[in-house]
Amino acid sequence: MGPIDEIKTELIKWAQKNKVSELPGAESDLGRPLEVLYTPASIDQTDYLEKIGFPGAYPFTRGIYPGMYRIRPWAMRLYSGFGTAEDTNQRWKFLLKTGNNGVACAFDLPTQMGLDSDDPEAEDEVGRVGVAIDTIRDLEILFDGLPLDRIVSSFNINAPGAIILAMYAALGENQGIGPEKLNGTLSNDILCEYVSRGLWVFPAQPALRLTTDVVEYCAQKMPRFYPFNIRGIIMREAGASMVQEAGFAFSNAIAYIEDAVNRGLDIDAFAPRISFFFATGTQIFEEAARYRAARRVWARLMKERFGAKKPSSLLFKFTGTVGGSYYRAREPENNLIRGAYGLLANVLGGTQGMLHPAMDEPFAIPTEETAKLALRTQQICAYETGVTKVADPLGGSYYVEALTDQLADEIEKVIRTIDEMGGAVAAIEKGYMQQRIADEAHRLAMDEKAGKRVVVGVNKFVDEAVRKRKMSFHKFSSSMLSRQKKRLAKIRKERDNDAVNQALARLSDEAKGRNNLVPPLIETVKTYASIGEIMGALKAVFGTFCEPLNI
Amino acid sequence: MSGKIRVLMAKPGLDGHDRGAKVIARTFRDAGFEVIYTGLHQTPERIVGAALQEDVDVIALSILSGAHLSICKKTMAALKEAKVGDDIVLIVGGTIIDADISKLKAMGVAEVFGPGSPIDAGVEYIKTRFKDEPS
Repeated sequence: MGPIDEIKTELIKWAQKNKVSELPGAESDLGRPLEVLYTPASIDQTDYLEKIGFPGAYPFTRGIYPGMYRIRPWAMRLYSGFGTAEDTNQRWKFLLKTGNNGVACAFDLPTQMGLDSDDPEAEDEVGRVGVAIDTIRDLEILFDGLPLDRIVSSFNINAPGAIILAMYAALGENQGIGPEKLNGTLSNDILCEYVSRGLWVFPAQPALRLTTDVVEYCAQKMPRFYPFNIRGIIMREAGASMVQEAGFAFSNAIAYIEDAVNRGLDIDAFAPRISFFFATGTQIFEEAARYRAARRVWARLMKERFGAKKPSSLLFKFTGTVGGSYYRAREPENNLIRGAYGLLANVLGGTQGMLHPAMDEPFAIPTEETAKLALRTQQICAYETGVTKVADPLGGSYYVEALTDQLADEIEKVIRTIDEMGGAVAAIEKGYMQQRIADEAHRLAMDEKAGKRVVVGVNKFVDEAVRKRKMSFHKFSSSMLSRQKKRLAKIRKERDNDAVNQALARLSDEAKGRNNLVPPLIETVKTYASIGEIMGALKAVFGTFCEPLNI
Repeated sequence: MSGKIRVLMAKPGLDGHDRGAKVIARTFRDAGFEVIYTGLHQTPERIVGAALQEDVDVIALSILSGAHLSICKKTMAALKEAKVGDDIVLIVGGTIIDADISKLKAMGVAEVFGPGSPIDAGVEYIKTRFKDEPS
């Protein structure tokens, strides 16, 4: 009898002796039954070198770098932005001082939708959930005192993403800094917008063209810049399961890669600069296993499906976060704790960076105090718990390896389903991803209502006498709209409007053709053309997306 | 006329987060209401227009960007302009802090469902509100 068979025999004896079958059952987050115990027998089919391996080596299950956090902890950032460029510049300087590495820019909704601050449809939303950017002048102010060759800037913007990239490159040029020195990320992930975030403008085909224009430009001119931060988080926060999040995000990534490869780009020229942004809840082992599975699935996909040759093309690089949907309004201090556990799941999962949500996330964007607590949560984890000492500390856990295998299979199943539908764009235009996510969101809500999904202080251990803690929230400045409109009016008056119109006309012509739009966009933004004017010119050529309406 | 309570679930403004709107819309449908969903990026004027066209009893706004005060003010104005300010019930849900609830009600918003509202609160409110109405 081999050692595994011996273990199986002893396991049966142990289970019988201890009446283990009478123990209450347990299910994974996806509703799959969990064993009472995992042993070497649970993973005897998993070849260590083939499936688990070493950090920094195919299939990267144990981490994308050999040293992982021995070298340095994950990058700690807080997604932030509000009001005018001056307001956000000030907050960024505070965050950088308290220990954040780099800036992660939140843009307001008008900017993300390609509307100017003086657009009537924009006025309720200017500066609320992010910073208002109308022209390159706003970006100059936003980065005042923050030299572009020494800062890492992440931009969460999609439909007008190419315009922001153009502004950043032009700003660098004005500062005497070449594009090859610029370091940062553009999410550039329009498919996710169609699915769950709603900040789309153009239909899918022209949107993909712009997406690939950015990828191509970065591959040629901005090699340190990441032209993708493909988001699972948005779909996860809309209700997607941890498997759907990965499966749908990877399907979207496949669509982007195919578009770039069809244009003639070499996969290894841009794949090393693909990054992802995922979210977790607080199921520590499953979430960590999900990230290990994601690394394995992505590596295999890049190698076998796309034939990528460079090792760095195979890496699932991601920023993690704890989903704000896991936080609650009731007893908000509990969110600090939820955040800490969720953070642990991300770190045990091998994240490259964290954008940690502040405890007042159910109510408003963070104050300085809650932003600082979010950062301290990360710093305490990194420097006081010892979880950074050795790479992939959960590796070898029979439970976690079994979970990793299972989740990898499930993620690949989702990708195959989308493939069979004709790919991500087809699935999205049919409303398939949206419907699956809405179904899952509904199931989660019903489970919570029934108490099947426990939320402490909300549906279990409810303290009826809890008085709402007095909290001060971020205050929206109502004067900022008039400040911003004044600035924009002044710019429109003082700029060379002939140059603006000529640039927009040239851009329009190029949009009708097939050339890369980033160079003409750079020339256009330099004339102080506004985002609204540029998007208007492009909308006239590209049209607008038609949303499938299903609940 | 079926006699069912008719609800327009609307996403005003630019906010594109529709998880809450879709989940709540389903609770309304499961409770037996007739639900029409507008989709994203609606203006207050278009919402009121749709409400009239669909002959609804309730407009339910979902707002997560913090713009609820200005959006509700415009929506109430559009309802009054269309002379249905007293006929259509306006309710709103989203990231609305307590301090704003009384301001919204003073505008004419019938009920507000902020963060932490129980999932069936909207259904319960509508059922109670229309309990004695002839169908």
